[in-house]
Amino acid sequence: MPEGMRQRIYINFRKLYSFVCFRPRYEPNHAQIGQKGYSRVVYCNDPDHLEEAVKLNYRGNYVSTTKYSAANFIPKSLFEQFRRVANIYFLVVACVSFSPLAPYSSLSILAPLIVVIGATMAKEGVEDWRRRKQDIEANNRKVKVYDRNNTFCETNWKKVRVGDIVKVCKDEYFPADLVLLSTSYEDGICYVETMNLDGETNLKLKHALDVTSHLHDEKFFKEFRAVIECEDPNEKLYSFIGTLSYGGKKYPLSIQHLLLRGSKLKNTEYVFGIAIFTGHDTKVMQNATHPPSKRSKIEKKMDKIIYLLFSTLVLIAFVGSLFFGIETKKDFSGGKLRRWYLRPDDTTVFYDPKRPSLSAFFHFLTALMLYGYLIPISLYISIEIVKVLQSIFINQDLDMYDKETGKPARARTSNLNEELGQVDIILSDKTGTLTCNSMEFVKCSIAGTAYGRGMTEVERSLARRRGDPLPETGYDVQGHEAEKSVRGFNFRDERIMNGQWLNEPHWDIIQKFFRVLAICHTAIPEENKQSGEIMYEAESPDEAAFLIAAKEIGFKFKRVTQTSISLCELIENRKMENRDYERLQVLEFNTSRKRMSVIIRNKEKKLLLLSKGADSVMFGRLSKDGRSFESQTKDHIKKYAEAGLRIMVIAYRELDEEEYKSWEEEFSKAKTSVTAERDELVEKVADVIERNLTLLGATAVEDKLQKEVPECIYTLAQAGIKLWVLTGDKMETAVNIGYACSLLREDMKQIVITLDSRDIADLEKQGDKEATAKASLESIMKQIREGMSQIDSEKESGIKFGLIIDGKSLDFSLQKDIEKSFFELAINCASVICCRSSPKQKALVTRLVKGETRKTTLAIGDGANDVGMLQEADIGVGISGVEGMQAVMASDFAIAQFRFLERLLLVHGHWCYRRIAMMICYFFYKNIAFGFTLFWFEAHASFSGQPAYNDWYMSFYNVFFTSLPVIALGVFDQDVSATLCLKYPFLYLEGLENILFSWPRILAWMFNGFLTSIIIFFLTTKSMIKQAFRRDGQVVDYEVLGVTMYSCVVWAVNCQMAISVNYFTWIHHFFIWGSIAFWYIFLVIYGYLPPEMSTTAYRAFVEECAPSVLYWLVTLLAVICTLLPYFSFRAFQTRFKPMYHDTIQRREYEGLEAELPRRVRKKLHLRKTLMQRNS
Amino acid sequence: MMSSNTASSSAVVAGSADSAAPRRNSKKPKYSRFTQQELPACKPILTPRWVISAFLLVSVVFIPIGVASLFASRDVVEIVDRYDNDCIPPDNRTDKVNYIQTPGDKSCNRTITVPKRMKQPIYVYYQLDNFYQNHRRYVKSRSDAQLRDNSSASDTSTCKPEDAINGTLPIVPCGLIAWSLFNDTYSFSINSSQLNVNKKGISWKSDREHKFGSDVYPMNFQTNGTGTLIGGASLNSSIPLSQQEDLIVWMRTAALPTFRKLYGKIEVDLEPNDVISVTLQNRYNTYSFNGKKKLVLSTTSWLGGKNDFLGIAYLTVGGLCFFLALIFTLVYLVKPRRLGDPSYLSWNRNPGGR
Repeated sequence: MPEGMRQRIYINFRKLYSFVCFRPRYEPNHAQIGQKGYSRVVYCNDPDHLEEAVKLNYRGNYVSTTKYSAANFIPKSLFEQFRRVANIYFLVVACVSFSPLAPYSSLSILAPLIVVIGATMAKEGVEDWRRRKQDIEANNRKVKVYDRNNTFCETNWKKVRVGDIVKVCKDEYFPADLVLLSTSYEDGICYVETMNLDGETNLKLKHALDVTSHLHDEKFFKEFRAVIECEDPNEKLYSFIGTLSYGGKKYPLSIQHLLLRGSKLKNTEYVFGIAIFTGHDTKVMQNATHPPSKRSKIEKKMDKIIYLLFSTLVLIAFVGSLFFGIETKKDFSGGKLRRWYLRPDDTTVFYDPKRPSLSAFFHFLTALMLYGYLIPISLYISIEIVKVLQSIFINQDLDMYDKETGKPARARTSNLNEELGQVDIILSDKTGTLTCNSMEFVKCSIAGTAYGRGMTEVERSLARRRGDPLPETGYDVQGHEAEKSVRGFNFRDERIMNGQWLNEPHWDIIQKFFRVLAICHTAIPEENKQSGEIMYEAESPDEAAFLIAAKEIGFKFKRVTQTSISLCELIENRKMENRDYERLQVLEFNTSRKRMSVIIRNKEKKLLLLSKGADSVMFGRLSKDGRSFESQTKDHIKKYAEAGLRIMVIAYRELDEEEYKSWEEEFSKAKTSVTAERDELVEKVADVIERNLTLLGATAVEDKLQKEVPECIYTLAQAGIKLWVLTGDKMETAVNIGYACSLLREDMKQIVITLDSRDIADLEKQGDKEATAKASLESIMKQIREGMSQIDSEKESGIKFGLIIDGKSLDFSLQKDIEKSFFELAINCASVICCRSSPKQKALVTRLVKGETRKTTLAIGDGANDVGMLQEADIGVGISGVEGMQAVMASDFAIAQFRFLERLLLVHGHWCYRRIAMMICYFFYKNIAFGFTLFWFEAHASFSGQPAYNDWYMSFYNVFFTSLPVIALGVFDQDVSATLCLKYPFLYLEGLENILFSWPRILAWMFNGFLTSIIIFFLTTKSMIKQAFRRDGQVVDYEVLGVTMYSCVVWAVNCQMAISVNYFTWIHHFFIWGSIAFWYIFLVIYGYLPPEMSTTAYRAFVEECAPSVLYWLVTLLAVICTLLPYFSFRAFQTRFKPMYHDTIQRREYEGLEAELPRRVRKKLHLRKTLMQRNS
Repeated sequence: MMSSNTASSSAVVAGSADSAAPRRNSKKPKYSRFTQQELPACKPILTPRWVISAFLLVSVVFIPIGVASLFASRDVVEIVDRYDNDCIPPDNRTDKVNYIQTPGDKSCNRTITVPKRMKQPIYVYYQLDNFYQNHRRYVKSRSDAQLRDNSSASDTSTCKPEDAINGTLPIVPCGLIAWSLFNDTYSFSINSSQLNVNKKGISWKSDREHKFGSDVYPMNFQTNGTGTLIGGASLNSSIPLSQQEDLIVWMRTAALPTFRKLYGKIEVDLEPNDVISVTLQNRYNTYSFNGKKKLVLSTTSWLGGKNDFLGIAYLTVGGLCFFLALIFTLVYLVKPRRLGDPSYLSWNRNPGGR
């Protein structure tokens, strides 16, 4: 058949079998064109109007997703930086430091601020640069645009303008939102894959207007001029309103004519379209809302701690000012000078005894700056650096790399790493997340006989639980590998396979059965030119599985033409024969009908109606004579349902010519009617013919579980994480999947909340909506109450409950007044399954859980319908599987398989939580230890605001002497190894119960810092002041005391780190000892600078401190004393009340847990496989 | 035959999978011990043995140090004589401030008995009390540039109000510190023979050489200008600052309000029961702020002056650690419960366990 002919056929065929009438109609909305919101005017292919387009300010097709541009980077990122309270404080301090109020030089406070802000800005800049590179890539993709020379020229995407005619070829993306003019098919249809927009993998059909569908050739476009008036750019993906003025007439345009940027042309050689929305005006870009920025609980708590520190700061500054004011006032009273050496008679406002309150106020400001060291300036940037590095570890983890899809795990945001260690409830999607979304034809029941010997994963897990032997497993696995496996087909039965079905007693019924499977569908065959294999583009994966099964059995669906379907059948004498069936009508599947039928005329000119549908609707449509195998089939169906299989009932009916004729008339009348009830009418007419069917059998398709899902769920449960499954499936399927993945167990009691009661159904039939709602609500409340009382009564026995609720009931349960009681019930159940839930409900449930528990929720899903849930939850994890990228784009972490969740949470989550918690605690510790030494010194300097240390010692404290070890801690520390994290999931409770970042722990660390400061100040002053500190009789002065105290602080803080680290790598050694060494190096170098620069540090170390034995002895004493409290505490804790990780560490230490490095493990594995091969 | 066949075929399969691998596995993370977080590391954990040995180690190191320090401190002979009260004639004791501010001869004689043999060098200190040399106004009131360099004599902006006379003639050295220079003087005699006090080398070498210029001479210092307050000592304007060691010592501000400063060195040994008579000029005003004045004579040891605190602190901490080590040992002996006791592990609070 010539190519052109074939394409021609499609048009009529498509029009024939589709329920939806694509003929454009004027809708009321079209009247709005030209008004507000509908004012866009596009001059197509009209270079003369280009200027007008510019005037109308239509944006170009250049797309930028960057946060900053070259011009606004500095102001905007600075603004972002100073939105943090702590940073504002430091900015204000830096500004005030230029006034005489400052206790130290302005440069010394500016320098660390610049370093910190600069580093954060650099990080932002790098991230934005990456986005920019992606943009550049997208903007420079090539597309063919009709230009002034009347040819199609390759142009960059960014140069496409509104009104341009664009040619897009097969498998290319659309560069902008286009109005379809014509396609390679004569009738102007094309297929579009919208995976990037809504996540659906099936193809969608788009239509060109009839008037333009002939514009096939470049030469036509020379004269083509048209004007499109349409709505303004908006984010609605499923609606579009516009008119096309062409040849003096106006034609309505709808979403059917619009090709959206982000989608892809499929199964169509090429299309021509007019760009109407470009760049940021396109619907996909309008949809690109910035994902809600999420912050982890730890970070929120950290803000509180910062506020606490601010209050402490204000408090001690106030106390200081009070004393300062009193002291200053006393300096000059009754004409007498007290501390005459300060010249209180001739002084400035800052020390004026005549205005003590004013001086005290100024001193208050000074003190706020001086004690600013309580606030860790580098905390934010350190945490950010640490989190980025942690994300790299997540991305690089080989154990989370999926070999099959070639996808590693991706931390798309680094904000939430530690939140992974605190997940309390996982809300999971089912399809594509727990299951593979690949359907396999595994069983069927034909003529009352069950076929299919393979055991499904679900059956196996059921059998395992019952303790049944698994007889066929071995055979099955071998068979699996030996035979060439066909995707979507896992049917093993020697009675049917390889043409053996011809010897079965009911072979004629088997033939009919598979014929229905091969004919009754809406799929399109696609022949792979190279291999000659036939692939099927079907609307649902079930349908593809049916076609593959039919093909394997011997009913190969080859071609679909104008009015016929061609099969290649296996016939009685085991030969293949081509058979054509005349296809007269297709009654499509939809959710309310739950069935689909085709009417065909076979070779023998017999009229047949072939039908398949859900068991709930099909059994009621059988004729009296057609029920011969009903009871057996129902038995089989029940068994299949228990095994978690999807069931379709197959039936057929022979039709009279007469009956068909009269029905057809009615049907076409219904189809061509233009009233609002058209669809209903069509359905009604279709219903008439789909009766008196004869049962053939039922199919069972397995929704395959992903690898290791049950094991993973079991481990997560052991870690104390609850799992809720939110699925769109019906209750039976969902319950079965629940069993399969050990969410529900035999020993659990089920609480089912449903509205499938007769009373409510009756009420619904009466159509009284209010009464129905009221009755439903009451029924739900009653069921919730009953559930609660059941749980209460069983509390002692330790029986666990599983809650199963359907979508409709969920709707009512989520209403404000019973929301709480529902939630209470749900939280008391070990697992919860919500079936038949819509995407919106998923998001609502997530919000409810998040709001009520105030604990961390994690949502995991793979499809566009999970996006709401992913964004709503504290953490969204996207499965980067087969469905589109939508879920991944909305997620915070992307993993390839559900089972990686185990490692993501138990290993990375646990580690990251622990690291960040330790890091923050330590940060506060070190800054309090340092800040309070300043305060103690002040107390001995009549609170005058003189810092105890040289300016530059202080400003380098946070940046150089203490920052790197804490970063090393945040990046590398691990309490126990990954294997042990997985082996002992209860370790995760440390994060779940927030043990490491609880207020007692934080306050204890702060107290430790406070103690450290006291110890250091007390010991140094007591042992050094007054008497000579060297043999040559020199005494300690301001400079020497500063150096000594500071050395003690640096030593103490770094050694504290050394004894709190669990995992000492060379990096830790380098940073910790390096920081201490650097302090001395700095001191020497700084001391050798001219005295104008080094001021009090001039030769302070080399000449004064280093030769003094006392200096070193005091340092040693102070450091050991500061470490003693923590060390003793930990020693007692690990002995008497060990934390979870202490116990496991101990086991590991005692050699109970041999930890093999990966290299060794790999070798062992290799040897094992070799041995297996040899045997 | 059969088995070899399968082996070869499976090898072929494996080979083909490998050849397909690079294309598909381009995103596969590369293995390194760093990225897989498997760096070699030591994992210190607090086993009883470790805890006990750490405590013991500390006590073993600390107790000897404490004993040595205590001995060093005990070796030092220190004589402290408070004179601020006694050197005011009894008639003037009601208004000491007035006495000290009125000009006149304020010499005062004190006698000190040497309790133990004091080997030279004996350091002479004055100790002030309640004197806030670390006050911010005081500390900042100096000009390092001026002290160092002849040419920046007028660099006195930080020195107010002691910056210049009548606002024009810069004071060298300027500022409150120099202005309030300590001006009590001591002279010692033993059996009416003069005891020499060496005042050379009492300041830091780096100060003399780098912070105080050898060509900077005092100017307009303590000159009784237009009724300004007289501060402390005056300086000989013919001696450069780098040789004015009393000033240099004074300019090193003290850390705390109680401090000693070096006055000089006595470079002869003093025998026990030697009676030293001190003639001092009690000029410095500490009375307005109730500060004490003390004269201190002290020898030094390898650790410096006399202070028992360090030794006691070392002994205390060492003893405490020994005590803790003892407790842990006892606990370990009495109740030897293994930390890695598996009974801990069965303890499992999660609701999902089977």
